[in-house]
Amino acid sequence: MEFNLKIWRQKNAKTKGHFETYHIAGIESDASFLEMLDILNEQLIREGVDPVAVERGCKSSGPVSFDHDCREGICGACGLYINGRAHGPDDRVTTCQLFMRHFKDGSTITVEPFRSVAFPVIKDLVVDRSAFDKILQAGGFISVRTGSAQDANAILIGHDKAEKSMDAASCIGCGACVATCKNGSAMLFVAARVSSLALLPQGAPEAAKRAANMVAVMDSLGFGNCTNTRACEIECPKGVSIENIARLNREFLKAHFRDKA
Amino acid sequence: MAETKLISKVPDGPLAEKWTKRKSEIHLVSPNNKRKLEVIVVGTGLGGASAAATLGELGYNVKVFCISDSPRRAHSIAAQGGINAAKNYQNDNDSVYRLFYDTIKGGDYRAREANVYRLAEVSNDIIDQCVAQGIPFAREYGGYLANRSFGGVQVSRTFYARGQTGQQLLLGAYAALNRQIAAGTVKSYPRHEMLDLVVINGEAKGIIARNLTTGQLERFGAHAVIIATGGYGNTYFLSTNAMNSNGSAAMQCYRKGAYFANPCFAQIHPTCIPVHGEQQCKLTLMSESLRNDGRIWVPKKLEDVAKLRKGEIKPSQIPEEDRDYYLERRYPAFGNLVPRDVASRAAKERCDAGYGVNETGKAVFLDFSEAIQRLGHQRVAERYGNLFEMYQKITDSDPWKEPMMIYPAIHYTMGGIWVDYDLQTTIPGLYAIGEANFSDHGGNRLGASALMQGLADGYFIVPVTIGDYLSHKFAEPKTDVSAPEFDEAEKAVQARIDRLFAINGKTPVDVIHKKLGNIMWDNVGMARDEAGLKKAIAEIKALREEFYRDVQVPGTQFEFNQELEKALRLEDFFDIGELMALDALNRKESCGGHFRVESQTEEGEAKRDDKNYMYVAAWEFKGEGAEPKLHKEPLKYEFIEVKTRNYKD
Repeated sequence: MEFNLKIWRQKNAKTKGHFETYHIAGIESDASFLEMLDILNEQLIREGVDPVAVERGCKSSGPVSFDHDCREGICGACGLYINGRAHGPDDRVTTCQLFMRHFKDGSTITVEPFRSVAFPVIKDLVVDRSAFDKILQAGGFISVRTGSAQDANAILIGHDKAEKSMDAASCIGCGACVATCKNGSAMLFVAARVSSLALLPQGAPEAAKRAANMVAVMDSLGFGNCTNTRACEIECPKGVSIENIARLNREFLKAHFRDKA
Repeated sequence: MAETKLISKVPDGPLAEKWTKRKSEIHLVSPNNKRKLEVIVVGTGLGGASAAATLGELGYNVKVFCISDSPRRAHSIAAQGGINAAKNYQNDNDSVYRLFYDTIKGGDYRAREANVYRLAEVSNDIIDQCVAQGIPFAREYGGYLANRSFGGVQVSRTFYARGQTGQQLLLGAYAALNRQIAAGTVKSYPRHEMLDLVVINGEAKGIIARNLTTGQLERFGAHAVIIATGGYGNTYFLSTNAMNSNGSAAMQCYRKGAYFANPCFAQIHPTCIPVHGEQQCKLTLMSESLRNDGRIWVPKKLEDVAKLRKGEIKPSQIPEEDRDYYLERRYPAFGNLVPRDVASRAAKERCDAGYGVNETGKAVFLDFSEAIQRLGHQRVAERYGNLFEMYQKITDSDPWKEPMMIYPAIHYTMGGIWVDYDLQTTIPGLYAIGEANFSDHGGNRLGASALMQGLADGYFIVPVTIGDYLSHKFAEPKTDVSAPEFDEAEKAVQARIDRLFAINGKTPVDVIHKKLGNIMWDNVGMARDEAGLKKAIAEIKALREEFYRDVQVPGTQFEFNQELEKALRLEDFFDIGELMALDALNRKESCGGHFRVESQTEEGEAKRDDKNYMYVAAWEFKGEGAEPKLHKEPLKYEFIEVKTRNYKD
């Protein structure tokens, strides 16, 4: 297969970015999107030192930087905005699990970083998502010391409740929800964590406070608000449901009323 | 053995009392003194994150480093199947002793007895801890924790959260870490890569790290350093490891004097998605838990194989009597649940004999049709749904209709930095935990034991044992990062980077790394022999020369530069590859994941040589280009009888 790739290039956070177009051929349909980018980078590195290519006017910005790691859809490191969709055209997958058979041979593919005020670009397609860490530091945990726990089976949790908590806990922190939301809201991300813990008896004592603290930090970091467009839910590679946002709102309100009382 | 530094520090006394005894001997550090002490933790997987969080909780000042944009990305996140513990919740006569015994046996009697017993002993605390943290383990309808079985054992002791157990456990450790970051006891340095260890007067005192965003080299001092940077499986280029997983931190410690133990023990996992083509950069694991209900087979008739390869028949059309369930045939007692090394070699044996079922001839079937009939669609989906989905996404083939195709791939490295019972290396003040050390899995790791070891080391062992060292250090001032040893280390790192940019050749780093991978897989892979290993050593030397002549590292140091990161790591992979081959050459027995062709039974099973090789091979660095020196830590089995591994009856 062959493609024209229109890729966002940006030297660093301080400079302005632009699109550059590259042609790539000989791609196996079973190759993943990131394997295709690996091959492009190999080509760009070779062209960068090839006198003939340089003569031909090959302006080399060097290989394209992009975050990636596990390449099996679980670490959450990769995240590209492809043809106007977070993680590209396939449903319920991360960019690393997107395969070239989903693209039309010979087509032009536009590749951008996950854009958001709260995710400044570091280079090319790499963004800084440390805002997510900051939100979780504000309360995305259960306050238990190592070694102080009782026997695991002393806490009974119904099968369905555990499954629901697990559904929410599947969030991989990739940021597709933020990149997709027209408001740049991180509500689905925050809700996933708040919800997975609030559903369990261990997480209940801190549930309301956790929600209030995490939302306060989320607001302070430049994320927008939720207007229920449900775009986040559609693009979430792990299928985290916006029903979790309802649960977050409930905990948030509880905290609010408790503070008033 | 006279001048050896290999003192294991295993406490005397009965096996079950050793850990208690050691804990009672360890000096304590008072809370006001803990505040004066600094600890560096490198790596934020299960080991690193849990150690950093627990040390922070105890009151130490911790600095934690990871190469990713967030601690949560560490490769522990990708572990699928589960975590073992000796809870005996299934009432199937499990016990701490049995978990210990299975682990020693599974490791083919090449792990240290006392360490493994301790691992089994703290396994139950881990489950308690994780449940308290809110990890949504699978539950039965009555609300009790559910379990499943894994390879190499006959009980059901594995706790799991769908096929995402590693993710959930890591998010728990990461949450504990976040809590300490918020409390101010831990300072986190994401996108930082350790590039050297700083040793002052023979003790580990800090690291040089490159800020991966700015490219600056930065100095960090501490009273002790913990390495939790995982394994070196990516030496093979194609593996189930994450793309950025590397063995560089371990190599830096090795070059500064830490011994490296059993480098040749690498685990080849039997259930991975087969290689699809030249452009592939990464292999995907399908969880071992699939072997609970999936049955592995190849056709009995070569003509069926030929038809399969041509696409003339579907696997489901091959009648039952023409299928060879070769694991059930060869190992009736354990069947499809034999340990990983045994299952991998059996797959290779069938494929080498011409029965491989895909066009490359390197694949076998993993079939769920019987399980779907027995359990129904819904129960199978609950257990393995996300794995089926993942398989389908990658291969475009539906495992509900046709069997999966699998083939072995490099997955985990049992070898690592040598540590004593306290998890301290041969450099005082330097500790190694999790996959980065060598201590618990011997020649082969059992499934669902990596998560157990990472969390045992990080939550329950190193935070205690490091106190013994730090109790002598609280009077020492903070490490001065302007000391000449830091100057020297930074200068050496700078020289390494300058050298790479100066080469200005034509070949991208990955192209050379792939060549290294091929050398390793062909010669230091599932079957090894003397000629092949010698060939590998010679070829790695030549490839290293090619690298220093022709590699192209584009860009500059002072920017986000992934090619520079990869080039620095590849330099270390050359050294690891050589060390693996050297160690494999020295170990003329077959043992666990290490199969020497020269040492097998008539039936083709691995033949151990306890008389000559019942030791840990610990290698000491002797300078660039010089042959490392071998030190032997003899393994003594006081409490169990050493037997030939038998999974047949």
